[in-house]
Amino acid sequence: MRHRLQHPVALAALAVVLAIAALYASGALAWAGGLIGDGACRLAVGIGDVTGVDALRNYGCRMMGGLWVTLQLVAISVTLGVLLALVVAVARLWGGPVLGGIATAYTTFFRGTPLLAQLFLVYYGAGQIRPFLTTIGVWPYFREAFFCAAFTFTLNTAAYQAEIFRGAIQSVSRGQWEAARALGLRPFATFWKVILPQAAMVALRPLGNELVIMVKSSAVASLVTILDLMGSTRFAFARSFDLMVYVFAAALYLVIVEIIRRVWELAERRLTRHLHHA
Amino acid sequence: MDYYLNLLAWGDKGWGDELAHGAAITILLALATLPFGVALGLLVALAKRSSNAAIRAVGTVYTTVFRGVPELLTLYIVYFGFQIGLQKAWKGIGLPGSIEMPAFVAGMVALGVVLAAFSSEVWVGALNAIPKGQREGAYALGLSRALAFRLVIAPQLLRIALPGLGNNWMVLLKETSLVSVIALPDLMFWTGRANVVTKEPFLFFGAACLIYLVFSILSAWGVAALEERANRGFVSGVGGQR
Repeated sequence: MRHRLQHPVALAALAVVLAIAALYASGALAWAGGLIGDGACRLAVGIGDVTGVDALRNYGCRMMGGLWVTLQLVAISVTLGVLLALVVAVARLWGGPVLGGIATAYTTFFRGTPLLAQLFLVYYGAGQIRPFLTTIGVWPYFREAFFCAAFTFTLNTAAYQAEIFRGAIQSVSRGQWEAARALGLRPFATFWKVILPQAAMVALRPLGNELVIMVKSSAVASLVTILDLMGSTRFAFARSFDLMVYVFAAALYLVIVEIIRRVWELAERRLTRHLHHA
Repeated sequence: MDYYLNLLAWGDKGWGDELAHGAAITILLALATLPFGVALGLLVALAKRSSNAAIRAVGTVYTTVFRGVPELLTLYIVYFGFQIGLQKAWKGIGLPGSIEMPAFVAGMVALGVVLAAFSSEVWVGALNAIPKGQREGAYALGLSRALAFRLVIAPQLLRIALPGLGNNWMVLLKETSLVSVIALPDLMFWTGRANVVTKEPFLFFGAACLIYLVFSILSAWGVAALEERANRGFVSGVGGQR
């Protein structure tokens, strides 16, 4: 078990499972979540008290709730995006003209157009094809702005991540394939056990950048009625006309980004620990 | 089919001319932001390499902040912040009436300061890539620091920075879509308006996506051509000047 868990993909899969479990198995977590939410709420109000910013005192709790929505949105999109991205990267590399062409068109479209345009296309477009979506039974999902945003963000980040994976996989030298073949490994085993772990090292840093970009880009979700951190901040500003709420939101985003950066540095050190001397 | 073509037609009934105007604003905004953001980025990069610790700290804080805060939030802070500040200054001087900051300027400033943060990283990388001997050689020839930078470093810098700056440009082009939220009539603004009026989201947002896609693909070609031109003195495979 311990051995299997050292595989970066196994670690990533574990992270997916844990993230989804944390999001959906609310029962016991709701209690802990409530405590954290309470603490975050008190912190925001406390900062409002100390700095004398009334708007924070009144809307700090809402903004912390919004922060939670932002984190959920990003966690869901990025973890599902990893899975989709691996499929797309493999399709681009070995999919032949048809699958490879589809994968290329997909990444070109999602990387070549603004996230905002994609989000509007899905969010407003879903309403237009409502009969069709009802027929195939997914309308209840697309009716929710949160689902539309998570759906769009997943497709978007998967396109960027697919390019990262493709580059990383290509960066592993040919000799690795040949040596694995000489040892009698089948292509799939070679890809899974030899190539992917080495590609993961190369991919890690750009993947961290992509995660940071998603945290920031997720702010556009506020433009389709979602009360994420940006959305709840806009609400607070519309009520208070106090610019400090935007400054506070900026500080929150900065803290999140900084935490991700630090965690990523640790993960990178762990994945490349065999390269460090002593 | 005719119905859709009419919707995209030029003139009073169709939205073709509005979309074209919007696309022009999008391009103009991106082109106006580019020199400002890239130049500011070079200044930030020089600050980050300064021998003065205080100046270095300013550069580092600048990039940390503007790379970590969502562009949309920066846009709001610049737009509303400048608006409020400008009003106060206007009243403070005692001028009559009121003043408003044009959305175009707000968009340009907000996108520009973010572009500066990202392009400064590219500039730092490029500055580091130029061998120390180039600068030392320039000083040995009696050039001042400013002259050495202008005559020796800068011409080499652009070639190395070009791929990164090209990336920055592509990101900028897509980020301009955010200015529609401060009522600047760019491409996204007009397609949103058309959607509200006609209830044809697929047609209009699809059209917007296609137009952005064309801009992106053209930009990619343009950047590749510029890179090829910048590298014309170098034989591929043999490498740089080292």
